[in-house]
Amino acid sequence: MTTIDTHAAGASGGVTASSSARLSSVGDWLTTTDHKRIGRLFIAVSLIGLLGLIVVAALLGIERIDANGSMLDVNAIPQLFSLYRIGLTFVVLVPLLLGIAIAVVPLQLGARSLTFPRLAAAGFWTWLMGAVLVVISIAANGGPGGGASKFVGLFLVSHIVVLLGLAAAAGSLATSVLTTRAPGMNMRRVPLFSWSALIGSLGLLLVLPAVIGALIFTYIDYRYSRVGFGGNQAIDGWIGFGFTQPATFVYAVPVFGFAAEVIAVATGRKLAMRGVVFTGIALVGITSALGAMLQQPAAVSRDISHVSLGRWLSGVVPYALFNLLPVLGGLIVISLGALAMRGGRPRITAPLVFGLLGALMVFVGILANAIYEVGDAQLAGTVFEEGVWVYVVYGAVLSGLGAITYWGPKLWGRLIPDKQVLPLAGLGFIATVLASLPYLIAGFAKQPANASEFDYSGPQNLWNGVAAAGHVLMLVTVLAFVALAARSFSKGAVAGDDPWDGHTLEWATSSPAPYANFLDVHTVASAEPLLDLKPRRDS
Amino acid sequence: MLALPSAAPPAPRRQILVGTALGCVAAAALIGSMLALWLRFRTNAVDVSGGRWVPKGVKVPMVPANTMLLAFVLIFVFAQWTVYAARRNARSQTALGLTLVAVIGAAILNAQAFIYVRMKLPVAGKTPTAYNSMFYAITGTFLLLLIIGIGFSVITAFRYMGGRTSDREIVSAHALYWYVLGAVFFALWFVVYVTK
Repeated sequence: MTTIDTHAAGASGGVTASSSARLSSVGDWLTTTDHKRIGRLFIAVSLIGLLGLIVVAALLGIERIDANGSMLDVNAIPQLFSLYRIGLTFVVLVPLLLGIAIAVVPLQLGARSLTFPRLAAAGFWTWLMGAVLVVISIAANGGPGGGASKFVGLFLVSHIVVLLGLAAAAGSLATSVLTTRAPGMNMRRVPLFSWSALIGSLGLLLVLPAVIGALIFTYIDYRYSRVGFGGNQAIDGWIGFGFTQPATFVYAVPVFGFAAEVIAVATGRKLAMRGVVFTGIALVGITSALGAMLQQPAAVSRDISHVSLGRWLSGVVPYALFNLLPVLGGLIVISLGALAMRGGRPRITAPLVFGLLGALMVFVGILANAIYEVGDAQLAGTVFEEGVWVYVVYGAVLSGLGAITYWGPKLWGRLIPDKQVLPLAGLGFIATVLASLPYLIAGFAKQPANASEFDYSGPQNLWNGVAAAGHVLMLVTVLAFVALAARSFSKGAVAGDDPWDGHTLEWATSSPAPYANFLDVHTVASAEPLLDLKPRRDS
Repeated sequence: MLALPSAAPPAPRRQILVGTALGCVAAAALIGSMLALWLRFRTNAVDVSGGRWVPKGVKVPMVPANTMLLAFVLIFVFAQWTVYAARRNARSQTALGLTLVAVIGAAILNAQAFIYVRMKLPVAGKTPTAYNSMFYAITGTFLLLLIIGIGFSVITAFRYMGGRTSDREIVSAHALYWYVLGAVFFALWFVVYVTK
């Protein structure tokens, strides 16, 4: 097969000698419509944001070790909490996975480009501009609950800008999966990651406009009257559903697609019951998106002696729909993945470990959220919700790091050494558990959410200390990964076209993929077109 | 590198139509969520607090609101006419239909402005209520979607008059956008103007 440009430097920007060439290169990046570059821009900025925001998370963790002491300025703490929650959700979680999908999905579909690439590029720059303004406004005491009136207004408007950018990129991605598949690739043959990207993008197109609607009302009310929406103190209450569960499950849906994909590749076999895996991924995405949009209170109680059956059912049915169905979806993907691993003698690689652990962490988050929503558990308003959220966000980050390792050859032309990056998956897993599990325990002991001063009778030093250590460990993991990736992608070993023995179309083009991805348009006759051409691993 | 069978590049699969449909889903989710919040506030004001939702002395002019609804019916007809004409390569009729859609869209914009003038509803005043700011927020957001629709009509008309007559997909996408916008306005008209 021939391709348009097989030179590594040519596709990755390259190093130019003269200043005018350098300027031209910068201009190319600013105006690029190449989906791989747009995806890489999303990935790079979200990783930079991740490093900064984990520092904030660690500081808040340390601050909570001593419930009465204050290492940080008391007035700054609510703003830091806002930065931590909103930042990790909309500057890291959503754009990291969206960026990976934008970079990879057209390659998987056998398409030469993303549909509406200018829309995706505009989405990136809009998101970036909005994200910078959000950070500035929160830093200037303008976040939810902030005292600087003008900056609170700026925060609300820039938050809308952030969400518009992400929605634009999601629209471009979803249209690509629906319209630019290779000949023969019907929807049942779409790669698992592309399917999850489609579900995630559709979920974003449902959830983000709902958050934008709440933000518009909040902004107009805040700017002109401050009577209906409670001013700056109530902002979190109106827009919080955008960065809490179940909305975060929608954002993290691609995690399951990536895990299923790397499991199949690691075992060297077709994944059994692909249709059921598709259903599992769709269940997580669709039910979570509906749950986030409808915000139906699920007043579930074990005791039905004091309430009528109808009233009890009116709490249980939405609870089951919006909390248990996502659990079922996640369980389906994880179970079928585990079955495939058991029967397939998988090759243990860093993307596999990252992908599996990431999906497991997100699944634990979904499971814990089902407990959180039970009224009898009395966890509302406690730090338990933060624990669930950290599981989802850090699980998605682990998966994102795995995806960068896995598809790095197609984007940069070089490999991250597997032996060097593999320990980081374990370290990231430990960091995720340490950063989130203590909050679940402290939630049962009624430690309040988003508070640095509280009356808490349990061993608060221990739990909050462990959580802070988890954040620090995550910082070390991400720093080490970024350093390793930067070194490997610039000076590392040149990757072959198919270093992982992949199954899907992206491995049929050169590494890195050229500008238009493929010179020839491929016809596919199955969901794993490359696997069909290879000899069976066990034969 | 493994050789997969090659094929001729596939024909475009209605990218503009699918993209527009997804945009319509997002627009419907936006206005839908705002209407849900509007209903929640209205219920709290009327059923829970036993008070008024529309502030005292404020009259919602129904004539221009109903005219807007009727104008959308006209838009449906003309948008569908453009699709019909484009399929039959009737260039002048397609261009005329697109222009009429844009003009009627502008008329709806004007009717909304007329409602603002007639209501004399202060967005901020001595006794501000949630109704005031929410009315402007929800109708203003709808106006933004309307302006996008007018822009869509103008761009489609220019493309068509510029000679891209084979590009019928954008005409269908244009019609889809206006149908959805009309449906969204119907919901808004019923909740904001009729039930008040």
